[in-house]
Amino acid sequence: MSAGTTKLDVTVADVVPVNDLVTRFHFRPTAGGLLPTFSGGAHVVVEMREAGRPPRLNPYSLMSSPLDTSEYTISVRRDDVGRGGSLFMHRNVRPGDRMVVSYPVNLFSLDLRAKKHLMIAGGIGITPFVAQTAQLAAEGGNFELHYACRTASLFTYGDLLQERYGKRIHLYHDDRGEKIMLDRLLTSQPLGTHLYVCGPAPMINWVVGRAAELGWPSENVHFEHFSAPQPGLPFDATLAVSGKTIHVGEQQSLLEAIEAAGVDPPYLCRGGVCGQCETNVISYDGKFLHNDHWLSEEEHRSGCKIMPCVSRFEGKSLVLER
Amino acid sequence: MGIQFRKETFRDDFSFKNSPEHVRRFPFPFHEDSYMYAVNIEPHKPGPKGSVLEFPFDVDEHYVSEMEDRALVLAEDPLRCQSLPHMTLAGWDLLELLMVSMAESYPEHFTLTRDGDTWHWINRPLGIDDTFVFGDTSTLPYGPMEYITRQSQGDYCILDQRDGNLWMDAGIVTTQADWSLDFDIGMNFFEWHAPVPLAHEKGIFTRALKFLLNVQQGQPARRLNWTMTINPRLDTSPENYHKWGPDRTTVTPENVGDKVHLRVELQTFWRLPRSNALVFPIRCYLIKMDELATSPKWAKRLHRVIRDLPEELATYKGLTRYRPTLVEWLSKYDDGGVTSPGFGPD
Repeated sequence: MSAGTTKLDVTVADVVPVNDLVTRFHFRPTAGGLLPTFSGGAHVVVEMREAGRPPRLNPYSLMSSPLDTSEYTISVRRDDVGRGGSLFMHRNVRPGDRMVVSYPVNLFSLDLRAKKHLMIAGGIGITPFVAQTAQLAAEGGNFELHYACRTASLFTYGDLLQERYGKRIHLYHDDRGEKIMLDRLLTSQPLGTHLYVCGPAPMINWVVGRAAELGWPSENVHFEHFSAPQPGLPFDATLAVSGKTIHVGEQQSLLEAIEAAGVDPPYLCRGGVCGQCETNVISYDGKFLHNDHWLSEEEHRSGCKIMPCVSRFEGKSLVLER
Repeated sequence: MGIQFRKETFRDDFSFKNSPEHVRRFPFPFHEDSYMYAVNIEPHKPGPKGSVLEFPFDVDEHYVSEMEDRALVLAEDPLRCQSLPHMTLAGWDLLELLMVSMAESYPEHFTLTRDGDTWHWINRPLGIDDTFVFGDTSTLPYGPMEYITRQSQGDYCILDQRDGNLWMDAGIVTTQADWSLDFDIGMNFFEWHAPVPLAHEKGIFTRALKFLLNVQQGQPARRLNWTMTINPRLDTSPENYHKWGPDRTTVTPENVGDKVHLRVELQTFWRLPRSNALVFPIRCYLIKMDELATSPKWAKRLHRVIRDLPEELATYKGLTRYRPTLVEWLSKYDDGGVTSPGFGPD
């Protein structure tokens, strides 16, 4: 099978600034008609092409209603210290631009057996829940969303969700000292409730950790961890199978550098969670900067494997089985 | 020009047969002169014109009669079709997938008109003309999965994906090779494959599951599986073992050509968009030994495959009883010459 997923040619229909940090992008199929149906929690990989540099591919959750496939919408939070993908989206992408996105892939899907869906979001982690709540509301599903953000001015879609779903939406402003009463929440749910978390890593660890301590079965706890690859120091690597030596730029991921050399490992999420691009390390002299959520801690320590979509390397030499 | 649908039976007088053109398009499953399990999964891309792979869902000359046989099985045993409560959305996904595909592939036989959620479906071969509201089960005579799979050849299993596994949570199974949906419903991938010999040791199921969990929307996959059936019986279920099990004792050197059938399953795998479930259609194709032997290459190759099949596999596939008779019959067609590579009949 070819790497990644089937591609879709889309045209940017609208670019809407939401607040100081977040901008929303609307994509419509360039050929007209409808985009493929998707389920709440799905993401697409957006290809960002800029003259004079290799393409960047970042995953973004779809936040439009799964019931309306005339367009896909994503919300991009500007990351001033990232490797420039979000800045590119904010600064360069204009209505009318043609872009390529992947087919939707869902690695954070609802468990449709749930008697109730309890959702906890932090910051831009709200986006998959915007789609999931739309899907559930249409089916008469039972859900409740607890959403924390730094300030009222950055409360992306907080108003919109309250307008749509009223009391089922609970907002928590960090700057007002409002805190999610997690233990009370986790101990007062009806049997058959499923818990979903998406947000910054410390929040996910906190919620998932408390749920485990309070006796939640792990099958009922779902989280979405992925984030765009982070920049780092440049490094070189040798691809033993294809006999190539590659240079990984500061703003480039190892996976992107492998692809630029004409080698196509499989991928789906490009965010360190799906496991598709897992790569064996043949030898190395240096240290790994593992940023994925796929490999176990033991595997990270072993130095035998790396997830090239998000992880990096610093040192003298790195030889990969690619 | 549309398909000429045959009027035939898969029980009682067993009038099923393939027209010569259908013999040529039979999905012969052996690309070499021996057989062993492998993770033989490939992308489900369109195949040559006229082949069973030309369209995503093949409709052939047996369509109308197979649907009549399915209705008979369901009338006797409604538990052949089951859907756990959380799988209704996946049923709508499947209804959309099949209706859209059938109408696109065979416009002379099927028409789908969509006006928002109001859908109009015409199935000319079965004389169906229904208007319903997509997503509203009360507007169909059956649940969405049952409604559309009573109009589509092959069995369908809908697998819910959760906890890093696949769960057999819905399906319609009336043309199966000795397995039971009623028994397997609610089981996970490893549970329902537990009876298969040899493959576990080879790590086949672990690898296959990893692949299936990552099947993506827009990128369906397929594989072929095979067994043999005595008489062209679609419903060889454990529930009806008393009806077909004894058939295996009736094979004689004189009737092999007419009685013994190679049974090939074209299995495909599709990600469903709204439910994120995986649908697993299992389409059964039957061919008589007499029909198969019209291709010298196929007869030669099948002889070598059956003769050399490991004992465990022969037992699992239920061939033990009549294998010597079958091998003897096929040996007449094997001059010991080289067979050409690939699946085709030459």
